[in-house]
Amino acid sequence: MANQTFMKVLSNKELIKDVYEMVVEGDTSAITTPGQFVNIKLNKYQEPYLRRPMSICDYDDHTLTMIYKVVGTGTKLLSEIRPGHKMDMLTGLGNGFVYQNERSALLIGGGLGLPPLYKLAKELLKKDVEVKLVVGFASKKDAFYLEEFQQLCPVYVATMDGTLGTKGTVIDAINEYNLSYEHYYACGPLPMLKALAKFDEQHGSLSYEARMGCGFGACMGCSMEMKDGSSKRVCLEGPVFASSEVKIDG
Amino acid sequence: MANLHIVLPGLDLKNPVMPASGTFGYGQEFKEFYDLNKLGSISIKGTTREKRYGNPLPRIAEGPAGLLNAIGLQNPGVEHVVQYELPELAKIFNGKVLGNMGGHSFEDYVETAAILSKAENVGALELNISCPNVKEGGMQFGTDPATAARVTREVKAVSSKPVYVKLSPNVTDIVAMAKAVEEAGADGISMINTLVGMRFDLKTGRPIIANKTGGYSGPAILPIALRMVYQVSQAVDIPVIGMGGISSGRDAIEMMIAGASAVEVGCANLIDPYACPKIIEEMNDWLDEMGIDDIHDIIGLSHKY
Repeated sequence: MANQTFMKVLSNKELIKDVYEMVVEGDTSAITTPGQFVNIKLNKYQEPYLRRPMSICDYDDHTLTMIYKVVGTGTKLLSEIRPGHKMDMLTGLGNGFVYQNERSALLIGGGLGLPPLYKLAKELLKKDVEVKLVVGFASKKDAFYLEEFQQLCPVYVATMDGTLGTKGTVIDAINEYNLSYEHYYACGPLPMLKALAKFDEQHGSLSYEARMGCGFGACMGCSMEMKDGSSKRVCLEGPVFASSEVKIDG
Repeated sequence: MANLHIVLPGLDLKNPVMPASGTFGYGQEFKEFYDLNKLGSISIKGTTREKRYGNPLPRIAEGPAGLLNAIGLQNPGVEHVVQYELPELAKIFNGKVLGNMGGHSFEDYVETAAILSKAENVGALELNISCPNVKEGGMQFGTDPATAARVTREVKAVSSKPVYVKLSPNVTDIVAMAKAVEEAGADGISMINTLVGMRFDLKTGRPIIANKTGGYSGPAILPIALRMVYQVSQAVDIPVIGMGGISSGRDAIEMMIAGASAVEVGCANLIDPYACPKIIEEMNDWLDEMGIDDIHDIIGLSHKY
């Protein structure tokens, strides 16, 4: 259930150029599963107007960690926020990754889609699931959080320019290392999610992103048409959908 | 505590604040946040004769103090709304609601109005003749006075409830539109819908919204809405429900001073799910500060100027 709360910024540090890790402290009780998200009002003014939806990298009973890239005015403002600042956040939004009773899981991240897989990896490991991560970046200079993941599970990297790991996509890395799994969980850009749904339609959970007006189902700004003709909101029924229910084309 | 009670055709409002159509769904998404019975009424997500999937994504962009949207009247169709959404809403909101509806032909409007007006908890219809985001219609009915008058007349003939016509600001003379629908029998006017706008991606030059154009709303349009409500409310004898960028009690009071008999709050619900109850509280505080003990005393207070 969604909750509005004010959270205190504990740290906000640059991991690599333009990619930041922010830790905030406060009421995290509304967050129940990895893959849920928060929606942040950056200041009390009308500019920037919309909240900024943000994935949750990690959380415990009083803190949560987010990783974001500075891509526009909103994330630029976010990067300038200092520890001690209290942020107006809607938390516990959306439906996260649901454990499918698999014994082995492959986590697949693309760029800034990587963060929510971190808490997922921790939770799956608690259930004694065998976890592997494959992550794709544009280039070596874009890679982040690899050491953090390596402390949890085997990590396979793909870069489009071949400067780190497999040259190519996450699917190229899966094929190169012949990575097996009973279920896969993916978060990343739309082309990656579509490619994965084609690659294995039956055994995946895909986390989508969309431009959102509200983040809690009111505006219908992020509705996606599903394979069966129904429509689902990325913010409310999603952001995680079964690979078997999403439209691969269109 | 001032008296906030307002009675309008089909609507008995304990206070003059209603969430605007399209920013509140059919109420279910807000019941987690607060008791909907705090609201004066609710304008439901606009419905149409047939189910509409809506526009492709992206449907949302942002501007200075505003939101550009092109949802495309996504809704499950009037029959589903009457059979399912409105009874579900009745479980969480005791009052009558505004049945917002759109269409793309006269027949569409008439058939939808006939069905929607029969719903028990619909107090009045709100005729959307001003949606900028559906290709074949909506707005075309709201930009020509003769067409707007005809759709109003035809809907009035079949509706068992009072009819408010929601006007578009995308016209040269909104007063002419208002007079036309008043003469055609409208029981009230609600205004304004969104202003047509665009944003572009700098790298590609492509419009950010998949529909290319969208409707702009939010605090940025408040002065435009105030001006139009000021003009229209003096030109017609039917009540005006004012909306456009209201995000505080102060804004709502100002809208009523401009001439609105009640207000709708749109975008603000999306930024702050508690916006409406906060606005109601703030209105009370403002009226106390102004030494006003009945909200009727501020409606059209500006008209002497």
